[in-house]
Amino acid sequence: MRRRRAARGWGWWLPQVALLLALAGLVLVVARTVSDNMERQDMVLSLGFLRSTAEFPIAESFLAYAPGDTIAWAFVVGLGNSIALTLLIIVLSTMAGVPIALARHSGHMLARTLAGGFVDLVRNVPLVVQLLFWYGVILMAFPPARAAAQPLPGLFLTNRGITVTTVGITGTALPMIVTVLGGLTLTLITAWRGHLHKASLCTLGTIVAGSALWIVLDLGLARDVPHFDRFNFTGGLTLTPEFVAVLWGSVIYASAFAAEIVRGGLDGVPRGQWEASRALGLSKRQSLRLVIVPQALRMIVPPMNSQFITILKNSTLALVVGYPDLNFVANTAINHTGQGLEGVAILMLVFFTLASAISLAMNRLNARVQRGGA
Amino acid sequence: MRRLAPLALLAALLAGGCDVGASHKNHGRLTPHTLEAVRSRGYVRCGASKEAPGFSGPDESGRWRGLDVDTCRAIAVAALGDREKVRFVPLTGQQRITALQTGEIDVLPRTTTWTLRRDAAGINFTIPTYYDYTAFMVRRKVGVRDLAGLRGASACVQSGSMTEVILADVSRKYRLALRPVIFDNVQSTRQAFLSGRCDALITDASALAALRATLPGRADDYVILPADSNVAPLTPAVRHGDDQWFDIVKFSIEAMIDGEQLGIGRDTADRLRASADPNVRRFLGVEPGNGRALGISDDFAYQIVRQIGNYGEVYDDNLGSRSRLNIPRGLNRLQRDGGLMLPIGFY
Repeated sequence: MRRRRAARGWGWWLPQVALLLALAGLVLVVARTVSDNMERQDMVLSLGFLRSTAEFPIAESFLAYAPGDTIAWAFVVGLGNSIALTLLIIVLSTMAGVPIALARHSGHMLARTLAGGFVDLVRNVPLVVQLLFWYGVILMAFPPARAAAQPLPGLFLTNRGITVTTVGITGTALPMIVTVLGGLTLTLITAWRGHLHKASLCTLGTIVAGSALWIVLDLGLARDVPHFDRFNFTGGLTLTPEFVAVLWGSVIYASAFAAEIVRGGLDGVPRGQWEASRALGLSKRQSLRLVIVPQALRMIVPPMNSQFITILKNSTLALVVGYPDLNFVANTAINHTGQGLEGVAILMLVFFTLASAISLAMNRLNARVQRGGA
Repeated sequence: MRRLAPLALLAALLAGGCDVGASHKNHGRLTPHTLEAVRSRGYVRCGASKEAPGFSGPDESGRWRGLDVDTCRAIAVAALGDREKVRFVPLTGQQRITALQTGEIDVLPRTTTWTLRRDAAGINFTIPTYYDYTAFMVRRKVGVRDLAGLRGASACVQSGSMTEVILADVSRKYRLALRPVIFDNVQSTRQAFLSGRCDALITDASALAALRATLPGRADDYVILPADSNVAPLTPAVRHGDDQWFDIVKFSIEAMIDGEQLGIGRDTADRLRASADPNVRRFLGVEPGNGRALGISDDFAYQIVRQIGNYGEVYDDNLGSRSRLNIPRGLNRLQRDGGLMLPIGFY
């Protein structure tokens, strides 16, 4: 490759250089126009606003936030919401997509038709519309806070959200949590490497160590039961209608696409592979697990990459149902500070970085799958 | 290297996108002479809102109506002599300031509260046209009588407005532990409140009065509670860098306020041209000088009052007794009547 390129003469280089210069010139002209325009409007490009106080509230967040924190932290809090939401959608929609794809593949007529109808319906309606629909359903179908429905003890459904009783550990639990998490990680690593015997020993060790620490540290359990408090439930854990709507709606939407990708992968494995594996005496389940899936994965992973990036980008629609993702926080910050260009630049940079990270991880996975080492 | 290419492209796109926003089809440069630009274009471009009854919005026949709309028409009368030479650009709360800064509109009369950071961020506020305050609206049957009664309540609020800051401030100040539910547009915010997602809706008192007037049921099914003692001056704004246009907008607004002070209205403007009162004569342009000082026609104030009306008439048409909203004048009375509307001399 290298040698051939070196041998190329000016006839090849000149247009390349000219194109590059033209592009650079265009960028320069645009940049100058922008800076001129901004100067005329007394606008100053600066990231200094990030250090000032964010006076605005954020409705809910995974990271702790209060008005009075810095705008930079508000961005981080929005980013936390976006990442958590995206990861949840990716995991849940992929988990939901596989059985739908298998149903479309099955010999069972009803399952096939239902799965096909689901995919068609969900794929052909814009996500924004679906999110608004689900949000409306939650607000309309769930009873008002005063008349909460209680399908299970400790679980309340209202149009203020889904409130559940939580169980917390009382006492200094950190050493135990660290030990258990460490043990589980070790188990996963050994299992991934194929040492199943060692992995089960690890699990046993984790359980023993965890229980021992529990007794030594004298830990207890306490239930946090939600109670109604004039306007809302306090205590327990509340999933707001906004969060439920965006999570549920996005998972439904993404699972239809995931199902199609998985189905495409299964369809892409030649029929002969099925027949050959059945001829070897493998059951249908065994053929699927040992022969078909490893081959299908090679066709599934690359489109899953763009599927995950799409999920990330679609998470910005959360704002239509009032869930404060990064996009929402950035818009609010822009409105309060007037630093529009900087805010949008931060948004673009962050999403570019996140999407690149997803790509990178998926390319690693893809390399593994293509080598046949899944 | 391959990873850097998109970054460079991103920078270029970013720059390009901004340039599109800032460039003008009508004139290549963002001219500091807005009046010239308006005259050569033939109309004034005003930032408006489609959903602010009483302030701005098209009526059933598609004609724009409201206090902000009339303010804008007054500016068109001052600049071009005709209240119809105006176009309204509907803007959301998020778009409005950028639209003004980039020259998409000439003036922003769209219920924008005058605040320090907005003023410092590149726009100039002129003269308040309406003094509003922020309030909570609660269903009467909930039985909330004061702010303390709202402890632990959910409150629906629109993002990108001062209201969300006031909500946070009130909650912090009185330890109310209010739970904000925040939407990016007016409709979703209202809808969430009406469907019972929130116990309270917080926004400008004028907007609450307008909403209450359109809801089915009796008006007193809902209570409006002031959220704090702050007064929000809704003030038309212009871009930095054009003092002449800044002055023209200020005195277009003052023409309506002074008109009421001097007792000059739509019906009396013509008759009063024969008045012996020097104040009236100067105001109406019978004694010239005022308009020329601003670079516009000497009878601009007369034209504004005749074509649009004085502040009292405009208020009554859009917000007061002649409107559905029927909001009492309150703070928006003239200074001599105990309000905050201050006539500035037409000398």
